[in-house]
Amino acid sequence: MKYTAPTKTGYFGEYGGKFVPEILIPAIEELEIAYEETQNDPVFQKEYHDLLQEYVGRPTKLTYANRLTEHYRRGKIYLKREDLCHTGAHKINNAIGQLLLARKMGKSRIIAETGAGQHGVATATACAKFGFDCVIYMGAEDMERQKLNVDRMQLLGAEVREVTSGSQTLKDATNEAIRDWVTNVDDTFYIIGSVVGPHPYPMMTRNFHRVIGEETKDQLKKEEGRLPNYLLACVGGGSNAIGFFYPFLEDEDVKMIGIEAAGLGADTDQTAATLTKGTRGVLHGSLSYLLQSDEGQIQLAHSISAGLDYPGIGPEHSYLYDTNRVHYFGVTDSEAMAAVKLLSIKEGIIPAIETAHALAYLDKLMPITQKDDIVVVNCSGRGDKDMKTISEWFSEQK
Amino acid sequence: MIAQKTRIQSLFENKSDDEKIMSLFISAGYPDLESTVELILGFEVNGAELIELGMPFSDPLADGPTIQYASNTAISNGITMSKIFEMVREVRKSSEIPLILMGYINPILKYGVERFCKEAGESGVDGLIIPDAPVEESSIISKTADEYNLNLIYLVAPNSTNERMRLVDQHSNGFVYCVSVTGVTGAREGEEVAKSVERFIDRVKSNVTKNPKLVGFGIKSYEDAKVISKEVDGFIVGSALIDAIRKEYPKKGWKDKVFSFVRKLKFGKA
Ligand SMILES: Cc1ncc(COP(=O)(O)O)c(C=O)c1O
Repeated sequence: MKYTAPTKTGYFGEYGGKFVPEILIPAIEELEIAYEETQNDPVFQKEYHDLLQEYVGRPTKLTYANRLTEHYRRGKIYLKREDLCHTGAHKINNAIGQLLLARKMGKSRIIAETGAGQHGVATATACAKFGFDCVIYMGAEDMERQKLNVDRMQLLGAEVREVTSGSQTLKDATNEAIRDWVTNVDDTFYIIGSVVGPHPYPMMTRNFHRVIGEETKDQLKKEEGRLPNYLLACVGGGSNAIGFFYPFLEDEDVKMIGIEAAGLGADTDQTAATLTKGTRGVLHGSLSYLLQSDEGQIQLAHSISAGLDYPGIGPEHSYLYDTNRVHYFGVTDSEAMAAVKLLSIKEGIIPAIETAHALAYLDKLMPITQKDDIVVVNCSGRGDKDMKTISEWFSEQK
Repeated sequence: MIAQKTRIQSLFENKSDDEKIMSLFISAGYPDLESTVELILGFEVNGAELIELGMPFSDPLADGPTIQYASNTAISNGITMSKIFEMVREVRKSSEIPLILMGYINPILKYGVERFCKEAGESGVDGLIIPDAPVEESSIISKTADEYNLNLIYLVAPNSTNERMRLVDQHSNGFVYCVSVTGVTGAREGEEVAKSVERFIDRVKSNVTKNPKLVGFGIKSYEDAKVISKEVDGFIVGSALIDAIRKEYPKKGWKDKVFSFVRKLKFGKA
């Protein structure tokens, strides 16, 4: 079946849209036009793809995980190595793309929100490379648990603004970034870090990440001569997952699984399992599933992983969930931490805690696979940034 | 289409050309649940002609620190949509002041658009301002709002194009809310507001022709209001009023101090 979402007005089924204050309407319209122009602009496309190749280090490898495969004794497991991107996660594919767009639009100042700090680092990196002023909003709690990334952003010349409102995590950093944008809309470009926000952000961010899935398809074709049976990715806002899934959506035999952070458990209130537990509503400019109270107040999410600690999800995932094209499940903090250890020991790769949520689901998925099935996990980032959390976790376990 | 004139529409029809309407914004449930009705009635006695009652939301992304604070306080106080409608019904027992509910779309969606508009209409609400449901997304609520005789009021900002202003004017009923500065809500220094507002108002006047116009965002004194609303139908004060409450609450006699602030806003003297 042909997959054409979103519509011209930014809807994936009934999700998406542009729920923003009037002040942002001109900015969004300007962005839509500029983005549209870049789609058919060979000079822009060439510069973007050259940067991905020469600066980000693409294409990233597709690694056969032989010892992890042996561990489960079922289908073959491959890892799409976004952890090998410059700065250590997939986020830079999008940061570079949006920065080129900002430059084209003549904006002089860049703002961004960040949770795990990977999007903040990617944005600060792109700004350094192109000489832009850069302000990153980050929740106080996240600044603490991702301190390494705070130091990196500062070294790269970005100003990191601590956000102390609300839950002091990604949701609140996003609120503050939007307030900054509303205030400085003339000269400021907001580089959103996931497939969230008002149209055209979810579409645009997806398209800057689709290279992940496109490469995977080519690489697997060369390696195995066929399509995968399963794709597995973690979902915070959903950018690494959608970039990975999107090029396969019309391949009906490819099953796709998105893993949300269940925190202490999807049946507790300490969770970030938006699709499993959430209901429909509007947050940060689009209609999607979200965690909210009966009164429509946004609830605080919880996950040990700063990058998944978000009560919303990109509208396209809500659509893929409702239509059953992608299946979504939750993985708890402790399951994810066990997967951090397993991948480290079995493959010599220390994954980000976000990524480890996807890896943890192999425990459930692999037993139902056949020997000749192929499972590809999107290894969205590396775990250096998480060493403090990881060490503390395992020393408490002893 | 709107069948019956709302109190908002009557207000502007009956006002003389040089009269300026003062509209006051207060978050429902701030500073406490008990005071909201009394504050609204007191605002009317002391010079307000229109009330914007805020429906608190946990993530008010178009608001500055003052309204964020008021929203959070009200949510902690236990404000709910049903309690807001109760407050409106209570006000209607003794007052016919035009009353608008203002807030973000999410709590409305959660409550149910049909149920929300029905209860709003029946309790005596005259209009709605939903800052994060611009004209593009208006279809989510506009038909139902019409059905229950609620005016939908949209905003224009200094960065709105002329064409956009005309579109907003077409969609609005009651009045058009002119945001005087590009930014979040919050009281500002007078010069900051006055600086660029003149050219903006000129454009508003030539493009918003169907509806009356009220100017808001950043106004904190009689003097500000006088300058800014010279060429339009009136002005809106929110953050400065909440700041005034925050300064006095819960000291003895805080309400009288707040009402005297309101008189000063309207008349230049207490
Ligand atoms: C390594 C890594 N993976 C995944 C995520 C989650 O974001 P998304 O769902 O947009 O891919 C993050 C976010 O910070 C991240 O750093």
